[in-house]
Amino acid sequence: MRKFILAAGVALAAAALVAGCSSTGAGAGSPSGTAPSGSSSSSGASIPSQGSSADGGSSTTDTGPAGSSESESPSSNTSSQAPPAADPSLKATLTYAVWDQNQVAAIKANLKGFNKAYPNVTVNVDVTPWGTYWTKLQTEASSGTLPDLFWMNGPNFQLYASNGKIEPITSQVSSGAIDPANYPQALDAMYSLDGVQYGVPKDFDTVAVWVNKALFAKAGVALPKPDWTWEDFQRTGKELSQKLKADGAYGAAAGMDGQTTYYDTIFQAGGQVISPDGKTSGYDSPEAKAGIQFWTDLMSSGASPTMAQLTETGADQWFLSGKLAMYQGGDWFRAALIGSKIEKDVTVVPLPKGKVQATVIHGVANVVAAGSKNKQAAQALQAYLASQPAQQQQGDMGAVIPAFNGTQQGFVKSMPSADLQVFLDELAYAKPLPISKNTAAWNALEAKLLPDAFSGAKPVADVLGQLAGEMNQALAKE
Amino acid sequence: MAMDAARADTVTARAGGTRSDIPGRPGRRGGRASNSSRGRVGARRRTDGLWPWLFTGPLLVGVGVFYIWPILQTLWFSFTKWGAFGGASFTGISNYAAMFADPEFYRSLLNTAIYTLIVLLGVPIAVVLAWLLETPGLRFTQFYRVLFFLPYIAMPAAIALVWRIIFNGDFGVLNWAMSLVGIDGPYWIATPGFALLAVSIVGLWSSLGFSMIILGAGLKAIPRELYDAARVDGASRWRQFRSVTVPMLSPSIFFVLVVTTIGSFQLFDLLYALLGSSNPVLPQSMSVVFYFYSSGFVQNDKGLAAAVAMVIFVLIGLITLAQFRMQRRWVHQ
Repeated sequence: MRKFILAAGVALAAAALVAGCSSTGAGAGSPSGTAPSGSSSSSGASIPSQGSSADGGSSTTDTGPAGSSESESPSSNTSSQAPPAADPSLKATLTYAVWDQNQVAAIKANLKGFNKAYPNVTVNVDVTPWGTYWTKLQTEASSGTLPDLFWMNGPNFQLYASNGKIEPITSQVSSGAIDPANYPQALDAMYSLDGVQYGVPKDFDTVAVWVNKALFAKAGVALPKPDWTWEDFQRTGKELSQKLKADGAYGAAAGMDGQTTYYDTIFQAGGQVISPDGKTSGYDSPEAKAGIQFWTDLMSSGASPTMAQLTETGADQWFLSGKLAMYQGGDWFRAALIGSKIEKDVTVVPLPKGKVQATVIHGVANVVAAGSKNKQAAQALQAYLASQPAQQQQGDMGAVIPAFNGTQQGFVKSMPSADLQVFLDELAYAKPLPISKNTAAWNALEAKLLPDAFSGAKPVADVLGQLAGEMNQALAKE
Repeated sequence: MAMDAARADTVTARAGGTRSDIPGRPGRRGGRASNSSRGRVGARRRTDGLWPWLFTGPLLVGVGVFYIWPILQTLWFSFTKWGAFGGASFTGISNYAAMFADPEFYRSLLNTAIYTLIVLLGVPIAVVLAWLLETPGLRFTQFYRVLFFLPYIAMPAAIALVWRIIFNGDFGVLNWAMSLVGIDGPYWIATPGFALLAVSIVGLWSSLGFSMIILGAGLKAIPRELYDAARVDGASRWRQFRSVTVPMLSPSIFFVLVVTTIGSFQLFDLLYALLGSSNPVLPQSMSVVFYFYSSGFVQNDKGLAAAVAMVIFVLIGLITLAQFRMQRRWVHQ
């Protein structure tokens, strides 16, 4: 009897392991690609960023009071794109799936405007935290129960588009409801596959250098100029580290994360991470080598903390605790800075120039499920959320940079002490975040192999040769 | 949690007395020993009819649906290749071939074994601690018990977060303490080797509480008279521990060993939260369940992940079987 009970316990424990993992996935964190706003930080628990801050899978309807009424949108500039023609008879209940609780108030305000045109469409906003959003979405896509309208990011887009899970916006473009020219070209390109666009950009992120002016003053080093170069960046970083040594502070921090560091430098060197057709790796080119070598040099010169130090304490944490003078990061980092001790000391300068100027751009898009039962209503909502008034409202209320051209001033004003305009000006030379159909597979390879190149444990060329080889294998499987 | 409670019940029940003396029903051992004719057993079965199945039915259905069926499904998946959104196609043993050709798989097995061994070191520690807590006349026993048990009920993610700060190479309290005695501490969670050690230390620490509760219950069930007799014979407290406590406690120790081994083989959340998903030392430090996670949910290869899960399943089964075999040698019946 005793043996039976014990054996049963053993079997159950083992089975629970298998069953639990195979059905729901391990809910902790998502390694699948880059969060458009937030989760690109290399450390698990650092910034209270938008992307990871949503709590609980709450579900709210638009019938409740909207979070704020501060900005009934100015409808002055709607001539470029009017909200789509209303069809008040349209009747449906839609689900709109998002992952960021912080944006729900702005979404609700948007929905109020939407319901003026479509009084009979009820929209349920379904918030799933970032950590489980993609697991849930993948399950829903497998069983044909996707939400009518949902947020999409770059790394996952091609997976859903190529499997026919999401609806192209072709019909809305031809009817004039959506005009792709209103959004940054790089984002339109990111959400297009084989010449067909599927998603409408909602917001965007670019990368720049956050600077702690107080540390510069303490070290007696001049602030970088907007037209600075790679050499200036390396020299400034080294000089700062030497002069701030007594404080245990550093000038700059090398990269653990593609979007905010080495993708940018690879683009600046004139290279590419992946070929435009998404079939071959760009890591075995001299340009990519230069882009990676940039960070290896930064580490070996002592300008940056070591790989081990940055693994234990992420660059964002170094910066937030006033121990790092220059932090190359995305605009979403602003959320962590506001209210911090160093808020008043911070400003922004553009990324230094290599062979060319470049930054990575990424943004979230709204997509309609191809299998939606209320496709007409879902597309109407998609078009409304893409409209100038809706995005203006998002920008004025929320923590995002809206994608619609000319609606971004709310973001710039949100932190007047820092020159946030830099993030907008960088649009001129922004390159879309590198993606393919199974982005996560080679993102994992980068995370596994590149640290040895940064730390100098292995020659950069060797690491990149191996990375390109394994990445090409992964791409061939797509 | 409910499962653990059930286990604890089993143990206390066992520690409380022998199982075979339930009145009115011959124990299994008794049935076997009585050498009864097959005919009688058959007759009994017929008279019981449907009733036993009705009573156990709800549980059996649960076990079938939530445990047996997923295991069978996982077995089937392990021979298939998956599309991103379902649609499995049969690929024979290619998943197993890929897995056994991957050096990282063996590395993860080795790491899991090392971790398990280190955490098992906690069992003797727990025996001694539980024994100390049973010291007659000791005050604040309940307080100590709560203190040791708290890590067991805390979320592994929360534990990992705290230990991450303790282990921090630049600002952590551990390296600070070590520097006081002149040791230059490593970057614990960012150095190959040390990272696994750090995870093991936390694993050992957080498993102590559960082991101590089980062992404490076992200790309470040891008859006082045995100690009295030993004392009359002039046994020291240490001698009593060796010759009375440990042998009488061996069933509980065995149970703790089995449960700890199974738990250690499932190492995932602690490692994930302590090291972080982008830690460069992960390839050298990952556990076999982490390998499973990374193949299934990072690389999206669900077939390979199912194959890994089957290997974990079989391994845990084999190790537990071996433990039961060895049990006969040393566990007090």
